Amino acid sequence: MIKKFINLEWKSFFRSAAFKQNLAIKILMAFGALYFIVAFGALGVGSYFIIEEFIEKGKIVADNPFQVVNGFLIYWVFADIGYRYMLQKMPVANIKPLLYLPFKKGKIVNYALGKTVISFFNFLPAFFFIPFSVVLIAQGYSVIGVIGWHLAMLFITLAANFLNVFMNNMDKVFYPVLAVIAGLGLSQYYGLFDITAYTGPMFMFFYENAWAFIIPLLLFIVTSYYAYHYFIKQLYLDEGLKAVAKEATTEDLSFLDRFGKLSTYLKNDIKLIKRNKRAKMTFIMGFFFVLYGLFFMNDLYSSINGMKVFAGLFCTGGFLFSFGGLVPSWDSSYYKLMMSQNIPYREFLLSKWWLMVAATVVSTLLCTFYLYFGLDWWFGMLAGAVYNIGFNSSVVLWGGAFVKTPIDLMTTKKAFGDSKAFNAKTLLLLIPKLVLPVVIYYAFALTINESAGFIAIAATGVLGLLFRNKIFDMIEDIYKNEKYDTIAAYSQKN
Amino acid sequence: MITINNLSKQYNGTKVLDIESLEIPKGQAIGLVGNNGAGKTTLFSLLLDLIQPSSGHIVSNDVRIDQSEDWKPFTSAFIDESFLIGYLTPEEYFYFIGELRGQNKADIDALIASYSDFFNGEAVGQKKYLRDLSKGNQKKVGIVAALIGKPQVVILDEPFANLDPSTQIRLKKIIKDLANDPEVTVLVSSHDLIHVTEVAQRVVLLEKGRVVKDIEKSSATFKELEDYFIGISEIHAPVATVLTEEEE
Repeated sequence: MIKKFINLEWKSFFRSAAFKQNLAIKILMAFGALYFIVAFGALGVGSYFIIEEFIEKGKIVADNPFQVVNGFLIYWVFADIGYRYMLQKMPVANIKPLLYLPFKKGKIVNYALGKTVISFFNFLPAFFFIPFSVVLIAQGYSVIGVIGWHLAMLFITLAANFLNVFMNNMDKVFYPVLAVIAGLGLSQYYGLFDITAYTGPMFMFFYENAWAFIIPLLLFIVTSYYAYHYFIKQLYLDEGLKAVAKEATTEDLSFLDRFGKLSTYLKNDIKLIKRNKRAKMTFIMGFFFVLYGLFFMNDLYSSINGMKVFAGLFCTGGFLFSFGGLVPSWDSSYYKLMMSQNIPYREFLLSKWWLMVAATVVSTLLCTFYLYFGLDWWFGMLAGAVYNIGFNSSVVLWGGAFVKTPIDLMTTKKAFGDSKAFNAKTLLLLIPKLVLPVVIYYAFALTINESAGFIAIAATGVLGLLFRNKIFDMIEDIYKNEKYDTIAAYSQKN
Repeated sequence: MITINNLSKQYNGTKVLDIESLEIPKGQAIGLVGNNGAGKTTLFSLLLDLIQPSSGHIVSNDVRIDQSEDWKPFTSAFIDESFLIGYLTPEEYFYFIGELRGQNKADIDALIASYSDFFNGEAVGQKKYLRDLSKGNQKKVGIVAALIGKPQVVILDEPFANLDPSTQIRLKKIIKDLANDPEVTVLVSSHDLIHVTEVAQRVVLLEKGRVVKDIEKSSATFKELEDYFIGISEIHAPVATVLTEEEE
């Protein structure tokens, strides 16, 4: 029986659409996976010594690196649960065909739950925890203590895995909790309140009392037991296996009618974003980019003004890049309809363009808080915003025209990027999008002064606005030339 | 209205469609029959410029379909679910198509009302998105959307499939009304020989991409078609033990 299940998995893996991609992308993906494994491994080995150095230099106040790691583990646990909630889905799709076959229900559930255990999400932490534990032992920590601590971490990871099984449709709980965690992180960063002072000892407890791993073990047993029973009850077509249909809500968007013919598409695009998980996710994530500039706040970067330009482009253009780069794929599921209706490409594109411009303006307003870090930062944001609106909005659409990946609007699975969306042409278009503004900045900042640099970027953006129609002409040509290929690519099912 | 000249479509060296010539006069209702892989959907896709012909071309109302887009305003179609926008309610979908076809909201409301018996209390007014409707109801919406804005060419690919018996009867009436309109040219494909012979004025039988029969409908048409398909099933009987799946 198990053999049959494994056989099914084998076939579903090697026959999946993702596996049939061309070799170059496969290699790229393998490198991507390898990168994460190496990065986590290096973090596991290196973090001890890096933190030790920080402590010696007095940048972190702690007795030893282990204490620091234990302090931050609380964020790790929440992040783990968080990204599982958003990304890890129960493999229900493959279960339906098994229901009619002579398997005992318990077997099917064990198979499905077993499958979640061997997921990437559970292996990734191991690449950090195993090297880190080895380093701890090498550094003279008690072997039994470290093993106990390690087991505790393992069971916490597994408990999180099973917790995710029955943690569905909890957006109302999830997002407030997320906000609280983010708030805690920020208040710790600015030294207002340090939660790790309370949670650190909790994790240290697992080391000091090796037997204590029994607590997470019990947690793991309870969650897996509960997950099993939750799942077995869901094993009906009208229960857990049912596609949940939300009640349709129609909103009055007639105020958009003032945009004339364009309103037809605008109304549709707004509904597209509101009513589809993946589009909604992209929309929300787009605004998270506003915070991206905070990464540049440490001394290493903040002295480089080019980084401010970079930050400005990203902070104001999050939605623009993530949404615009996938036009027209957002409409892939009904592309045949669009192509057989009387739809001028220009109006179709203009609607998306206006959406991106509106989102960029809102992002820019949100970015006002960078004023707190200095006028320079804010100028960087404004220059980036103008460049994004004037120039990048068109260039992004241009790049999107080459992307022929159908989008399944209902899954959030690939919301964080689509490997197939990267091809040589889209990568090449990164140059005008991100590199050119930095070059322009330095060309003027070094010869005249910094303000001139910022003004030059903005001026290029305004210039881009004048060329918008030219770029749109080119995009239209691409659409026409690639029409049949695009239709064929979109009708392929994943 | 529609003229097809030396039209062919090849995939990897295999001809899936090869029509020397086919002339469809304005106002005629054509029924297209043929087994899976006969080329019905391929022909429809070519009529909508969704795929490129390997050779030859189609002219519709003096517009060459693969060269100009001017056929779009007077042509409408429902081929499959990829013609539906899943995240819209049926009403919103009708309004959207209506706006594209120059109809205002009142026109569409009137249209929805006039097809209320076809919807039979389902599909519309149910607070459901198209993606959550059953296959049959999705089909109803797609078919009615294809009738928005008085198109002169209406293309329906297997409209009877997935519909319940009452709806099939109502659909037959709708298509017959279209067929009787001298301004509207209708192309309908179906696997159901009874439906086709009932609604169409002319039946074209495709087999492996070629036109095998092209008959003006008479009382003998059904028998003629049935005999043909019985003949085919007998030829292939020894090997045709495995049921092939639907085309799409």
